[in-house]
Amino acid sequence: MSYWFRNDNRLPQGRLAIASYIIVGMVGLLILGFWKLQVIDSDKYSSLAERNRVRLIPIIAPRGRMLDRDGRVLVDNRPSFSVLLLRDDPALVDKNLPGIADGLGISLDDLKDQLSNTKNLAKFQSIIIKPEASEADIAFIESHRSDIPVLEMINVSRRRYLSGGFMSHASGYVGEVSEQQIEASNDKLRPGDIAGKSGLERQYNDLLMGTDGMRRIIVNSVGKEVGRLSTQEAIPGKQIQLSIDYDLQQVAEQSLGPRPGAAVALDPRTGEVLAMVSHPAPDPNDFAVRISNEEWAQLNEDPLRPLFNRAIQAQLAPGSVFKIVTATAMLEDKVPPENFTAFCPGYATFYGRQFKCWVYGKSSHGVVDLHKAILESCDVFFYNVGMRLGIDRLSFYGSKLGIGHKTGIDLPSEESGLMPSAEWVERVQHRKWYAGETISVATGQGAVTTTPLQLARMIGGIAMGGVFKQPHLLKGAANVGEERFDLSESTVEKITDAMYGVVNQGGTGASLKLAGIELSGKSGTAQVIGYAEREKVGKQKRFEDNAWFVGYAPRRNPEIVIAVLVQESGKHGGEAAGPVVRDVIKAYYDKKAKKTEGQFTAEGAKPSSGSARAAALIAPRAPAIKEDETAGRNSGENRND
Amino acid sequence: MKDAPGTRDYDWWLLAILATICALGVIEIYSATHGSALDGMYMKQVRWIVVGAILMFVLSRVDYHLILDQVLILYLVGVVALIAVLLVGHTRFGAKRWIPVLGEFLQVSELVKLIIIIVLARFFAEVSTDELSVQDLIKAGLIVGLPLGLILKQPDLGTALVLVPMLVVGAFLAGLQWQHAAIISLAGILLVGSVFYPPVSRHILKPYQRDRITSFLHPEDDAKGSGYQLLQSKIAVGSGGFWGKGFKNGTQNQLGYIPVRYSDFIMSAWAEEQGFKGVLLALGLYMALLLRLVQNAQRAKDRAGMFLVMGVAAALGFHVLVNVAMVIGAMPVTGIPLPLMSYGGSATLFVFLAIGLVMNVRLRRFVN
Repeated sequence: MSYWFRNDNRLPQGRLAIASYIIVGMVGLLILGFWKLQVIDSDKYSSLAERNRVRLIPIIAPRGRMLDRDGRVLVDNRPSFSVLLLRDDPALVDKNLPGIADGLGISLDDLKDQLSNTKNLAKFQSIIIKPEASEADIAFIESHRSDIPVLEMINVSRRRYLSGGFMSHASGYVGEVSEQQIEASNDKLRPGDIAGKSGLERQYNDLLMGTDGMRRIIVNSVGKEVGRLSTQEAIPGKQIQLSIDYDLQQVAEQSLGPRPGAAVALDPRTGEVLAMVSHPAPDPNDFAVRISNEEWAQLNEDPLRPLFNRAIQAQLAPGSVFKIVTATAMLEDKVPPENFTAFCPGYATFYGRQFKCWVYGKSSHGVVDLHKAILESCDVFFYNVGMRLGIDRLSFYGSKLGIGHKTGIDLPSEESGLMPSAEWVERVQHRKWYAGETISVATGQGAVTTTPLQLARMIGGIAMGGVFKQPHLLKGAANVGEERFDLSESTVEKITDAMYGVVNQGGTGASLKLAGIELSGKSGTAQVIGYAEREKVGKQKRFEDNAWFVGYAPRRNPEIVIAVLVQESGKHGGEAAGPVVRDVIKAYYDKKAKKTEGQFTAEGAKPSSGSARAAALIAPRAPAIKEDETAGRNSGENRND
Repeated sequence: MKDAPGTRDYDWWLLAILATICALGVIEIYSATHGSALDGMYMKQVRWIVVGAILMFVLSRVDYHLILDQVLILYLVGVVALIAVLLVGHTRFGAKRWIPVLGEFLQVSELVKLIIIIVLARFFAEVSTDELSVQDLIKAGLIVGLPLGLILKQPDLGTALVLVPMLVVGAFLAGLQWQHAAIISLAGILLVGSVFYPPVSRHILKPYQRDRITSFLHPEDDAKGSGYQLLQSKIAVGSGGFWGKGFKNGTQNQLGYIPVRYSDFIMSAWAEEQGFKGVLLALGLYMALLLRLVQNAQRAKDRAGMFLVMGVAAALGFHVLVNVAMVIGAMPVTGIPLPLMSYGGSATLFVFLAIGLVMNVRLRRFVN
């Protein structure tokens, strides 16, 4: 061994001591650092750690379904995925926006718009950026969980409506809530929520919409769920059962076909709406996800106004259907007396002006009494009656029978129509009422306008003897409003007899006659413009007459009344609108016959049971249908006859 | 030199401290990796500790003077190994640092750290003056400079940096003059400053190293890179609070928010689960370990022994300082493990061998 170290034992004790102090000082500084993090700022870092590991995933409550009166599903939900943007870390969100836009196929501007639109939201609340996630979107989110940890998928239930716009005006549609809806909701709705925008979806939104739940899950650093802290289950929305009868609705939809118009069928005994159609109809499935601005604009600018529910919003001249009002006024006030007759040469002259009857130029009605005037819809007769009655009486009766008033149906945006009066022209037009106007109003022209629903309610109510039930769409609704306008029995008798005659005694609805059914009603053909103007502008589709038919059965205390409007048909009301009435009423009786028969087959052994008794009460009214229906069947099924 | 020191002469306090730190490490490695793909890693660490302890014992039996005699060969072996690793080394995590030995990959630079401690001890022991001359200072600098350059080339900034405190502490104890210290400090400050100054750092640092510096200075700009690592580590430490979240209950480490929670960031996992009280225990143990090393240096039989022990103290102290400061976000990510707690074969072996040198010096303090 070499002796290079020479047993040199000079140790720098001073400097070694300094080294000790440095060690103590160094450890002391480190401990101070931990003190700051773990004791002073502990709360801040604890919440950061929580935010790291806990994710709040909303559980969207499914909306309640809508069933028809027999329990068949009309509006349903289907499962779907939405892409949720978690905004706990705004910097991370901003940084990833281009990648998200690219991966989900949304334009970056659109995404930024969505973010700025939700600036009223709580800063950290997550928002749905793509409501309907495709499989590619799901794959994108799964594969980028670690580098884009701000996306999450949630299960949503998406509204599913019957296709082709079936009943779409009654059902309405849902969409993301508007700011007005949020303000009006007393904090029940939050931005991004899906709520009813029109129709029943809007009317009964509070019932249909459930309460969203929340899942608190633990995620690891790559965003994978590794555990669950708590789950607050969603409370599903309540299901509603409508008074709509799917079968009648279907017949009404098909019978009206592609023509613009509306049909609304009621049970006048209860006010229940059995069918409600308005055409053209949008398919609400198209907006069940999210509708683009262009599509929305297109729907709104369509001259046929598909979003417009003609059954409750179309305010049009009722034409000759209004003659029922004039006739009621005449019979109740006996002005002119009920045996009043007029001579119709095809026109009449009042105040130096010629008023045409609808048969002008083709034929004439001759001597007409009230019954014949209603059957053949003679204008000249009602011109005379109207002139004698005066606007005050017409306006009083029209108003009492519901014209100019909303029916109070449980749908938003119902219109009231208009029953003009002397007071009204003075108030609105600041002029005196012209006597000549009364003549137009008496035949449902001029300023008088009604909705199809009003006419159905009115005709049904008159046939019920003056009991007007508030129309509504919920089956078995409690506290249904009712208005009574006591009409004398003889008035009701005469008017219903006449309306029976319209169909069954060679009136304007003679072609609608149904064997064994007391189908009654009144047609109307309302001019969009006057005869004189029409000659000026020539024949144009948009100035064609609107065809009306309001029918019901049986002739007294009807079970069903249906008002049908066919716009711009250019045809007489009985021709264009009548067949829809006939089809629906036939379907109603066909179905009733089948039901009655079914009940007898099932419960024939116990004729004392309540339902069998009820059926037995109904049975005598429909023997002809039964024969018609069961023709060719084995007679053993026909036990109830 | 013919004597055989008895077991009584071992520094049992030092061994007890060492064993406790190892136990904390194994516990935390178990806690942080159980149930994950790395389950069972703690047992591998136990094996490294056992192998390390045996090597420590073996090394303590060979008189350190004999070792110091062979510095030239050792130095050459170290340099050649570093060159070899650059030529044929195994690349992992983007750097050439490993050579396969007996089926395990060993980090050559860990062995070189040990060699530099020995070489510097011999060099400073031979300085006969009380004050360190400029020539000696430059010679020492060159001795360290060559392997440091080679390690930087791998690249492994962390390990390379560990050589600097060995040199600084050695020079200080060898009688570094205050004016030289001032100049060196100034140079050091300039170098560190330039590292943090992008126009200069662009020329001297690798891109990933610059990223680490940038993200250290502005962690919020780099939510997923090393700034994210530092931030997540701070969240882990801070959310542990005073009492900690409990064994196996650290959400930050269990859910993978802390990077390499079993290795470089093990202190972060420990602080999260054991809280400030656990930190006091761990840092107290490290302080006791380092002070015990200084005490052994003070009682060394000669300057050579003192320099050996203080070289070890410098290396371990620097590891603890840089690693723990990184965990609390006070230093950038450098990839320096925490001695004996971080998982890692080569690093564990280095610490045990270094302590073996210390024992060696201690065993011979009364003989001769």
